[in-house]
Amino acid sequence: MSAGTTWALIGACAVVTAALKAVGPVALGGRALPLWFTSIVALMGPALFAALVVTQVLADGKDLGVGADTAGVALAGVAAWRGASVITVVCVAAVTAAALRAVA
Amino acid sequence: MNARRDVNPRRDVNPRFKEGLRKGVPFGVAAALVGTSFGVLARDVGMPAWAGVLMSAIVFAGSAQIAALGILGAGGGLGSAIGAAALMNSRFLPMGIVIGPSLPGGPVARALQGQTVVDASWALASDGQGGFDRHVLFGSSAVQYVAWVAGTIVGVLGGSAIGDLETLGLDAVYPAFFLALLIAELRSARASRVAAAGALIALVLIPFTPPGIPVLAASLATLIGLVGREAEAA
Repeated sequence: MSAGTTWALIGACAVVTAALKAVGPVALGGRALPLWFTSIVALMGPALFAALVVTQVLADGKDLGVGADTAGVALAGVAAWRGASVITVVCVAAVTAAALRAVA
Repeated sequence: MNARRDVNPRRDVNPRFKEGLRKGVPFGVAAALVGTSFGVLARDVGMPAWAGVLMSAIVFAGSAQIAALGILGAGGGLGSAIGAAALMNSRFLPMGIVIGPSLPGGPVARALQGQTVVDASWALASDGQGGFDRHVLFGSSAVQYVAWVAGTIVGVLGGSAIGDLETLGLDAVYPAFFLALLIAELRSARASRVAAAGALIALVLIPFTPPGIPVLAASLATLIGLVGREAEAA
């Protein structure tokens, strides 16, 4: 990777990310919340995190598929559901995926 | 405690920042693992070690960084890589919109505070009723920032010694991290319905849209909350 490409990538990603993070707070900061807004706020996490899990586990670009990582994440979900800490949850995912690939 | 906070906001600043630090530690450990994965990836695509660390230090957005380098590594162009990073980070639009009212100060101060938003901190800072505690946000982001950069350093320096990411199962860490965040958010039947709808929207869009769009579009699942409210009011 050339130095020019490297700098352009880092600079552009930094600027774009900062801009995306600034839009909401600049536009809506310091305002009182209308009631309908609060009901959306509390549900943004479930909507976004569910979508992130689905895309990261099942998507490879535009292709859908399952693999050892899918099984690892599923088992990690059971651990999370039973109240395991985040550290345990991610370790269950990694160890399960690694073990399945080792025997495959 | 709430009453005292109202009387003297300054006195509680440090304890809540510390609370954020404490709550951020487990997510920091996970962030370090993902950061290590990113560092290895940065090396694999031919990025100088310092550049990988610099990118983590000033971009501080795991999924976007991984998406951008994944595209470059697969032979894609610079424009596509930057576009992918932007789309992956587009979720910070809805996240920023909902946290906006909880951030005080002028526009510049609010924009700066908004930079501390990362997924786990944003979730930890939420009170589940529409409000966010910005000091918890700052504390947990600080821990994850240090862990993210440190993990990247390990990845770029460890490189070949660390071995193949998939053999170690490290590719399963990031989705498991988000799954832990998701399960913590499922506080009500309505939240579960919205999560299911968000997952479905993403699943349907994956084959037809560039990565990032399915997640952004899933934010529309929150509109179910409005329907639910009206139904309850009626």
